[in-house]
Amino acid sequence: MGSEYDDSATFSEYTLGPEQLDSIERVLQNDLIDSGVHSVMLIDMAGNIIAQNDNGQCDHDLYSLAALASANFAAVDTMAKIVGEEEFSLLFHKGESENIHFSKVNPEFLLITIFGKDVTLGLLRLKVAEAIKKINEVW
Amino acid sequence: MAFVNMKTKEVQAKIVFYGPGRGGKTTNLEYIYKKFRERIPTEMVSIKTHGDRTLFFDFLPFDIGKIMGYDVKVQLYTVPGQVKYDATRKLVLKGVDGVVFVADSQVEQRKKNVLSLKNLQENLATYKKSIFKVPLVLQYNKRDLTDMPLLPVEVMEKDLNSQLKVPSFEASAVTGQNVVPTLKKIISATMASLQNVLK
Ligand SMILES: Nc1nc2c(ncn2[C@@H]2O[C@H](COP(=O)(O)OP(=O)(O)O)[C@@H](O)[C@H]2O)c(=O)[nH]1
Ligand SMILES: [Mg+2]
Repeated sequence: MGSEYDDSATFSEYTLGPEQLDSIERVLQNDLIDSGVHSVMLIDMAGNIIAQNDNGQCDHDLYSLAALASANFAAVDTMAKIVGEEEFSLLFHKGESENIHFSKVNPEFLLITIFGKDVTLGLLRLKVAEAIKKINEVW
Repeated sequence: MAFVNMKTKEVQAKIVFYGPGRGGKTTNLEYIYKKFRERIPTEMVSIKTHGDRTLFFDFLPFDIGKIMGYDVKVQLYTVPGQVKYDATRKLVLKGVDGVVFVADSQVEQRKKNVLSLKNLQENLATYKKSIFKVPLVLQYNKRDLTDMPLLPVEVMEKDLNSQLKVPSFEASAVTGQNVVPTLKKIISATMASLQNVLK
């Protein structure tokens, strides 16, 4: 066995200090919540919540949402590979009043946004793209 | 991999219940959910078939309180045990911090236990993790059965634990016997493995 294993990775392959988390939370607030998004989460591919923000009117079960979102993303990603795609770029579920949008930030992180009728998908995608760019500048 | 939030002093760790189909993984989580209802503010999430078999996973977030000044949340998952669900089983293992292997004590399940443990080793290896290094606890489940021939514990130890040499428990997920000790053991082993980051 030996070198093909990487057991130090039992712990996170990323470390975020308080300042970095502050910066990320500011991005979530300024770019997404202030643009009318109801709730936003930065999660890792294992389903852990890294940072979260909402408009104060949401009462979702965030830990379950994060577990399901990461699993859903992983499942769709695996389907893409099976049909020979590198990835499916748009992951979006539309509801009667709430919509959910998934976006890959980098190989480790996902950005999950929940938004209503007051934000168009076009605007949301624009805002998410900007937020992702800023988050990736944090580390 | 666990996520340690230095700002909110919160740790999130992922513990996966692995093992052959119908061995009692989901029943373990259901017992924990019942037992600690007041500490688990949300519903248990189960993605299952109409026949009540686990299709993707069960999920239970469990707040275990403060350890070394950190608020520790363990996320308990089960995998689907059926052989055909290997792709989804592998996805659930992503970022795992600790594993409970739930073996079925019935004589007729002997081979399935061994195959499932081997499958765990292979799937951990795809994430560059060694079964010999990951925090792991074995549970020999269904010890309450009286109308079925059961494997002697020594045989199960020899089949499953002769190389691993990890803690093991005789248990019954239905009666709850040793379910909580199994959980406590895997939590403490998982936290110990995170110790160097929780300064
Ligand atoms: N007698 C007995 N039955 C059990 C025990 N644990 C699980 N079962 C039963 O075994 C079946 C499969 O259990 P389940 O938790 O769904 O298995 P899973 O596929 O590993 O999630 C169910 O009918 C359970 O009631 C146990 O400790 N004793
Ligand atoms: Mg199950």
